[in-house]
Amino acid sequence: MGRYVARRLLQMIPVVLGTTFVIYTMVWALPANPFQGKCGTRPCPERYVAAMTEKYNLNDNLLVQYGKYLGSLVQGDFGTTFSGVPVLDELVRTYPVTVRLAFLAIVIQVVIGMAAGVLAALRRGGFADSLVLVSTLAVISIPVFVIGHLMQLTLGINWGIFPVTARGADPSWYSLVMPAMVLASTSLAYVARLMRATLVENLRADYVRTATAKGLPRARVVGVHTVRNSLIPVITFLGVDFGALLGGAIVTEGIFGIGGVGGLIFRSINLQEGAVVTGAVTVLVLIFLLVNLLVDLLYAALDPRIRYG
Amino acid sequence: MASVELTTRTRRVSRTRRGEPAESGGYRPRHRAGRTRERSLGRDAWDELRRNPLFIVSAAVIVLLVLIAAFPGLFTTLDPTRCDLNFSRQAPSAGAWFGYDVQGCDIYARTIYGARASILVGVLTTTAVVLIGGVIGAVAGFVGGWVDATLSRLLEIFFGVPLLLGGILLLAAFPSDTDTPWWLTLTKVVLALSVLGWPAVARIMRSTVLAVKYADYVVAARGLGARMGRILWRHVLPNAVAPVIVYATIALGVFIVAEAVLSYLGIGLQPPIVSWGVDISNATEYVRQSPHLLIFPGAFLSLTVLAFIMLGDAVRDALDPKLR
Repeated sequence: MGRYVARRLLQMIPVVLGTTFVIYTMVWALPANPFQGKCGTRPCPERYVAAMTEKYNLNDNLLVQYGKYLGSLVQGDFGTTFSGVPVLDELVRTYPVTVRLAFLAIVIQVVIGMAAGVLAALRRGGFADSLVLVSTLAVISIPVFVIGHLMQLTLGINWGIFPVTARGADPSWYSLVMPAMVLASTSLAYVARLMRATLVENLRADYVRTATAKGLPRARVVGVHTVRNSLIPVITFLGVDFGALLGGAIVTEGIFGIGGVGGLIFRSINLQEGAVVTGAVTVLVLIFLLVNLLVDLLYAALDPRIRYG
Repeated sequence: MASVELTTRTRRVSRTRRGEPAESGGYRPRHRAGRTRERSLGRDAWDELRRNPLFIVSAAVIVLLVLIAAFPGLFTTLDPTRCDLNFSRQAPSAGAWFGYDVQGCDIYARTIYGARASILVGVLTTTAVVLIGGVIGAVAGFVGGWVDATLSRLLEIFFGVPLLLGGILLLAAFPSDTDTPWWLTLTKVVLALSVLGWPAVARIMRSTVLAVKYADYVVAARGLGARMGRILWRHVLPNAVAPVIVYATIALGVFIVAEAVLSYLGIGLQPPIVSWGVDISNATEYVRQSPHLLIFPGAFLSLTVLAFIMLGDAVRDALDPKLR
C-alpha cells in the first residue's frame, strides 16, 4: 500500500510539471502584451514595462522563466500581483469558500444522485425509472448558468427558501446550499444514470442470485452486495468529474456572488493578473490529481479483490 | 421521417453492393468470413435502431436542426440583425411568436439563425477531437513502449486541465472582439475546446487497441506480414467505432453547452455572430422581468443537446451486444 502510494506520487510529478507548464505558457507566453490595459487607456510608460518585464522574468526563454517560477513556488512563494499583494494571501482568502462549496456539491451528488440511480434500477421500466431518466436528461441538456439563474429566481427571489446570494468572506453553510445544488446538477444527473446502468447490470450477476437463493433479505442483497459492487464506476466518474466541478465553480460563484477561487480566477484572467491565475490553477490541478489518487485507493476499500502491493 | 427512410434505402443498397464481390468472387473463405461478420453486426445494430422510437425521434430532431442550420432562410423571412428598439422586450404575440429581445430583434428569427453557430461549433469540435484523439490513442496503444509512455503522460497533462478552465485561459490569451471576423472567432472557440477535449477519445481508442492487440486474428494478420496501417484499419478500427461513436454523439452536446457557457462568460462567440449562447447570456440579466428572452433560445439549445444525447444512448444500446 505505502509503496503503491509512493509510486503514484512519483508518477504525478511529470504530470504536475506538464500541466503547470501548459498553464504558465497559456498565461504568460501566448498573450501578445501581458501589460495591456495596466495603465488605464494610455500605453504604459517604458520604465514600468521594463521594471515589470524584469520582475516577472519575461525577457528570459520560456523554459527559464518557468524554471524560475517553479523554483520560488517550491519555496512557498507564489509571487505577487501587479499591485504588490502576495498571491498566497489571495489564495488563502478564497480557497476555503470554494472547498466548502465543492464539498457540499459532492455530498449532494452522492446522496441524491445515488439514491435516484438505485431507485430507478430497482424499479426498472416503471414510473420512478422513467422519471429519473427523463429528469436527468433534462438537467444534462440545460446549461449550468441557466439552471443557476432559474433556481435563483424561483427558490431565492420568488419563494424565499434560500438566500439569493452568498457574499462575504465567510458565508453560512445554509447560503451555500443552493449554489452547491446548481454546481452539482449536471454531475448529479450523470451519477444517477451511471449508478442505474451499473446496478441494472450487476443485479443480473451470479452472486446476486446466490445471495437471494441462500435466503438473504432483499435489502441486504441490494444494499450490501450489489450497490457496493456498483460503486467503482461511480467513484471513478466522481474523481474524473472533479475537474469539471472546479471549472463549473467559475460560473456558479459568479451567479451567486461567492468570493471563491473560481471568481478569483475569472477576475484575474480578465485583468490579466498572470501570477494569480497560474498560482490558483496550479493548486486546482494539484487537488484534482490528489483526489484521483484517493479514488484509486478507495477501490481497494470497496472491492477486496483489488490489492495494491 | 422521410429522411430516415431514405437513409435506410441507401444503406441497404450500399450493403448489397459491398457484399457482391465477396459472393461472386469465387471461393475466398478468409475474405468472406470478414465481410459477413462485419455486415451482420452493422445490420443487427441497424435493425435494432430502426425499431427504437428514441432513435427515430432524436434522428428526426437532428435532421430538422441541421436543415435549420443549413438553410435558415427557409424557416423565416426576417433578418435577425434588423431590430427596432420600440419593440424592446415585447412579449410573444401572434405577430412575433417568440416576442422581441432587449434590442427589439425578433427572437424567432434569432433562434432560427442561431442554430448554425451552435451546431457548427459542436460538429467541428467533435470532428477535431475524434481525429486528434483517435490518431494519438491508436498510435500510443499500438506502438507501445516509450511512445505510449510519452503520449500517455501528454494525455494526462491535458486531462488535468478542466475543459471550462482551459477554454477560458486559451480564449483569454487570444481574445476576440466585435471586429474579429466571425469565422475566426468560431475557429478560436473550436480550437480551444478541441485542444482540451481530445484526451477522452484518445483514452477510449488506446484501450480498444490494447484490448485487440493480442487477439488471435491480429496476431495472425501480423504473422502474415500485415503492416501497422492495415492492422489498424482492418482490425482495430472496426472495434473502436462503436465506443467512439457513442462518445462523440454525447460529447457533441457537451461541446454545444460549453460554447454557451463560454459565450455567457463573454469570451466565446461575440455579438455580431447570432448564436444561442450569446442570446441566452444576454437574456440572463432580464430573466426576472422577461423570461421569454431566455426560454426560447434556451429551449432550442437544450433540445439540440437532448437529441444528440438520446441518439448516443440509442446507438449504444444497439451496438452493445451485452444488452441483446
